[in-house]
Amino acid sequence: MTSATMHHETTLPADPAVLRRRSRSGKTRNNLTGYAFLIGAIICFALFSWWPMIRGIIMSFQRTRRGVTTWVGWDNYVRIVQDPSFWTAWKNTAYFTALALILGYAVPFVVAIIFNEFRHAQGYLRVLVYLPVMLPPASALFLFKYYAYDPSDAGLFNAILRFLHLPTSQWMQDPKMAVPAMVLASTWMNMGGAILIYLAALQNIPGDLYEAAELDGAGLFKRIRHVTIPQTKLILSLMAMLQVVATMQLFIEPLILANGAGSQDSATSVAYLIYQHGFFQNDLNGAAALGVIMLLVLGGFSFAYVRLSAKQD
Amino acid sequence: MLSVPRYRKVASIALVAGVGLALAACSTKGDSSTGADGKVTITVDCQPVGAQKDLLRDWNADVDAFQKLHPNITIKSVSVGAQCDNPPDFTARLAGGTVTDVFYGYMTDLQQVLDSGQAQDITQYVTKDTIPTWDSISDGAKGAFTDGGKIYGIPTKNYSMGLLYNKNLFQQAGLDVKNPPKTWAEVRDAAKKIAALGNGIAGYSDYSAGNTGGWHFTAELFSQGGNPVTDDGKKANFNNAQGKQVLQNLKDMRYTDNSMGSKQLLQWPDLLTNAGAGKVGMFVGAPDATTAIVTQFQGKYQDWAMAPLPGQDGAAKGTLGGGEGYFFKKGLSADQVKAGLMWLAYEKLTPGKGQFDYVRSKPENNPVGLPQPQLFTPGSDAFKQDNDLKMANANVTVEDFALFANNPVPIKFEPANAQAIYAILDGAMSAILTDPNANIDDQLKKASDKVDQALAAAK
Repeated sequence: MTSATMHHETTLPADPAVLRRRSRSGKTRNNLTGYAFLIGAIICFALFSWWPMIRGIIMSFQRTRRGVTTWVGWDNYVRIVQDPSFWTAWKNTAYFTALALILGYAVPFVVAIIFNEFRHAQGYLRVLVYLPVMLPPASALFLFKYYAYDPSDAGLFNAILRFLHLPTSQWMQDPKMAVPAMVLASTWMNMGGAILIYLAALQNIPGDLYEAAELDGAGLFKRIRHVTIPQTKLILSLMAMLQVVATMQLFIEPLILANGAGSQDSATSVAYLIYQHGFFQNDLNGAAALGVIMLLVLGGFSFAYVRLSAKQD
Repeated sequence: MLSVPRYRKVASIALVAGVGLALAACSTKGDSSTGADGKVTITVDCQPVGAQKDLLRDWNADVDAFQKLHPNITIKSVSVGAQCDNPPDFTARLAGGTVTDVFYGYMTDLQQVLDSGQAQDITQYVTKDTIPTWDSISDGAKGAFTDGGKIYGIPTKNYSMGLLYNKNLFQQAGLDVKNPPKTWAEVRDAAKKIAALGNGIAGYSDYSAGNTGGWHFTAELFSQGGNPVTDDGKKANFNNAQGKQVLQNLKDMRYTDNSMGSKQLLQWPDLLTNAGAGKVGMFVGAPDATTAIVTQFQGKYQDWAMAPLPGQDGAAKGTLGGGEGYFFKKGLSADQVKAGLMWLAYEKLTPGKGQFDYVRSKPENNPVGLPQPQLFTPGSDAFKQDNDLKMANANVTVEDFALFANNPVPIKFEPANAQAIYAILDGAMSAILTDPNANIDDQLKKASDKVDQALAAAK
């Protein structure tokens, strides 16, 4: 500490007005320091999140040909909605999201409840379910593509099905199986993280609530219904929203498992269609329009979800 | 020691300064320019990556030699990793405005480069002074980089497609290696015999994903005498007898004969991986597919031979030609454009130099003797000179490619907006190769409508 600051501490003026002024200037200084620290984050968000979003919205109303950009109103939106793959992509994405809600949302919660009941080996189990999360997504998907979903009899899943005397599948090559197969792989890759979050929430529930429920004669399912779910409602609600927003942005699964659109567009997602327009069809403006549509859908969903959740609370 | 508030102030200033510096560093412009002393610097991309040791050493040696010949020119080489093989990477760099002064592109990229507004018209600089072999270069290859009579790029490699076949599998299946299939019916018969060897071997294999399905549909359509777009380039032109025949041939092999294997939705590396593993009897490809099979997918040159693309009832009516070249970024000075052209002439377009330095390539086990590239017009001075050098230094069995080289099929270059068309045609190819109940007419109609829409949007 410098002698100057020592001097400040030992010779405080007695006048309250001066004290208030000093206190205000101190607050301002602290606020400025706070804002200075925020600048880095604000610049990062502004440059890499907000500006691209604004730029995307602008681009969606423009068209660039021969280096000349013109305003074209809603043309890009009309064109993108008329793309024969547009509704297929939304249908596939909605189907993936719905299946992922059943598998990717409910299964980790049930697994977390089961793990939470174990008195021993919980740490090992946590590591075990978290291992797939540590694999880079591309590597995990290549494992599924080349080993699990090999459509020949040599494929892992087909070998298991044959062993069980069940009919084998063409997996990603079968238009009906493409989305369920992507959900299965995606759930395997991601459920470890969700389980850990649910477990943390479960372990925060006070034990005496369960004891009281037991004394009142509640069985396992009643305890889950009347204690576990209400006590983890906040985290369940948040995870449901994050799950929907994340799964609606389905991209890497079709890109790797189906080499793109899959058989007859069966794996085309909205995000993949954006990629296809932007990077393969020399149509960055159309891609921007579809991106804005997706932003509106996800933004609208998140807004409605938060409002509904707030009303319920 | 600083007080806490001062420490915070210093830290926040440092933080802001750091972010500022980082952003400044991100936005630092390249130093390519023309100096007052007459020195010219240009940046050029697609320097071979570190893993390609021989190619990288050769490139660097060529840069040194070129700079000694032209002491006023400095070449700054840029390696852009996968950009040279991957259209999305290229699009990202083009959209981001981070292409080099002289930048690589496919022959199919002209429209996209023009739309980006980053291409420089170099017509006035393309002369015998800058590219001495210019008159020997084939008109088709030049045309891929020309629009409205203006030159925007220089072709540096090209190919045409034929039928590649595995000699080992042919022998095992009792087929005559010297007499490969000439028609699609013969391909079908040979594929059945090869697939009968079992062990997961596909008699014939084809692509259906990652734009490569559409690429091969187009090549096979050319073999039928068709064309994917109308002459004016405004409409799809494959929903017809020729288009149906292409898909019918594939459907027959895939489901009637079961000679294409069960693994579909293949794209470039998938098929070549299978080919390198000896699991593919025949496929449509360019001569340099064998180079990829050997250098990237553990195959052997001696296993492969090449014939012309088959036709439906006789010789093919056409084959697909494509390739690559370099564009020039808008805003370069005249000296920079000339320097770029002279570099391309030295490295890519002079018999005996750069990519045609066969004396150097031979001991490095880079293939010498393949009928590719086909940049020089047959009969031209450069063609003769290049061919003599190639034959004198061949390290692949030239005879294996003689049927292809000696029976040329008319080359049809890829259409404008090719990548958009290919992406759509992947859908028809994947449907026919993965769904036994897929209806050919429906698939062609759907793809045709989509291509019409894509071409209308590209206007």
